[in-house]
Amino acid sequence: MANSLGYEFKKGLWQELPPFRLVLGLCPTLAVTNSAVNGLAMGLATIFVLFTSNILISLVRKTISAQVRIPAYVVIIATLVTVADLFLAAVFPDISKSLGPYIPLIVVNCIILGRAEAFAQKNSILPTAADTLGIGIGFIISLTIMGTIREVLGFGSIFGVKLLGEWFEPWIVMILPAGAFLVFGGLVALVNWISSRKAEKAASAAMSR
Amino acid sequence: MELILIFISASLINNFVLTYFLGICPFVGVSNKTENALNMGFATTFVMTLTAAATWPIYNYVLVKFNVPFLQYVAFIIIIAALVQFVEMYIRKASPSLYRALGIFLPLITTNCAVLGLALFMVMREYSFLESIVFGFATGVGFTLAIVMMSGIREELEFADIPKHFQGISITLIIAGMMALAFMGFAGLIRG
Repeated sequence: MANSLGYEFKKGLWQELPPFRLVLGLCPTLAVTNSAVNGLAMGLATIFVLFTSNILISLVRKTISAQVRIPAYVVIIATLVTVADLFLAAVFPDISKSLGPYIPLIVVNCIILGRAEAFAQKNSILPTAADTLGIGIGFIISLTIMGTIREVLGFGSIFGVKLLGEWFEPWIVMILPAGAFLVFGGLVALVNWISSRKAEKAASAAMSR
Repeated sequence: MELILIFISASLINNFVLTYFLGICPFVGVSNKTENALNMGFATTFVMTLTAAATWPIYNYVLVKFNVPFLQYVAFIIIIAALVQFVEMYIRKASPSLYRALGIFLPLITTNCAVLGLALFMVMREYSFLESIVFGFATGVGFTLAIVMMSGIREELEFADIPKHFQGISITLIIAGMMALAFMGFAGLIRG
């Protein structure tokens, strides 16, 4: 084993932060983040599918031959998505209704198949669990941040609680599709800026040594 | 009349890329050259129309008849993957020049969420068979329109002076946001 479990977990939180760094899973990131609650619910549904499907794939990785692996993975993922969808519809019908077709679309969320291809099929269960939990938590945080920004600007509230007073004129555009693209583009630029500053600091620290 | 409304609605007003965020991956990934964007658009339109034609009978005559509609996600994704594979094999045999133009894009279409989204929306809105095919074709046309427009803008952007941190994905998405705003203007065309 090349890397420690802690490293596999931590890399998903910044170094390989899914939507902003790997640019995977954009469809749910943009579509369901019109409020913080929706973003969080989508993140939780995704982490469930990501975690369970990659554990299963890691378990069966030696019995599935290379030629049929992609269809096999997709069937595993689609089955688990069906489980998540039926569970949400039964327990949280409101959230299930507002997320609509985006729950079934987790099937084609490239993060899940991407992690299966890049990690789970080559590693045993423990590193796979650490890797998917890290990536999943990074994904939840990203979605919740997106949802919070759009909800504050578009409704003046967070998680449905009114935050700003009557004086605040909501920016309706932030709830609409256009706002999702604008906020996401801005956040990608912000992540680029932070990481280039970090790299500069590391470079100058190495120089002075 | 109904069919024309579905066509306008799916291609312009409820453009899959700009209002439902479906198919963002190829929209960002393949939109750097107009020629590639056009080929990707054609390949996607073709697969979407076929998907609509294939999933409708299977959903209505197999899944509903045997009372297992909860299997729809598994069934749809298998149909789409198989369809793309067959289309690829057929084009390779029938027209090598077309295969060279579309070849590398075809496998990518399986993971294009717009294709699965199309099948799901079709079931949700309870379209008839003919309506489904028009819907599939119109969605493909809308996708082609969005990706070709985007590639045209990005070709011009190569000469623009963009702030360092906004280069690449970031500026592409901000432009997509502006395109989405412009497409909102189509909403006045029909009601509902």
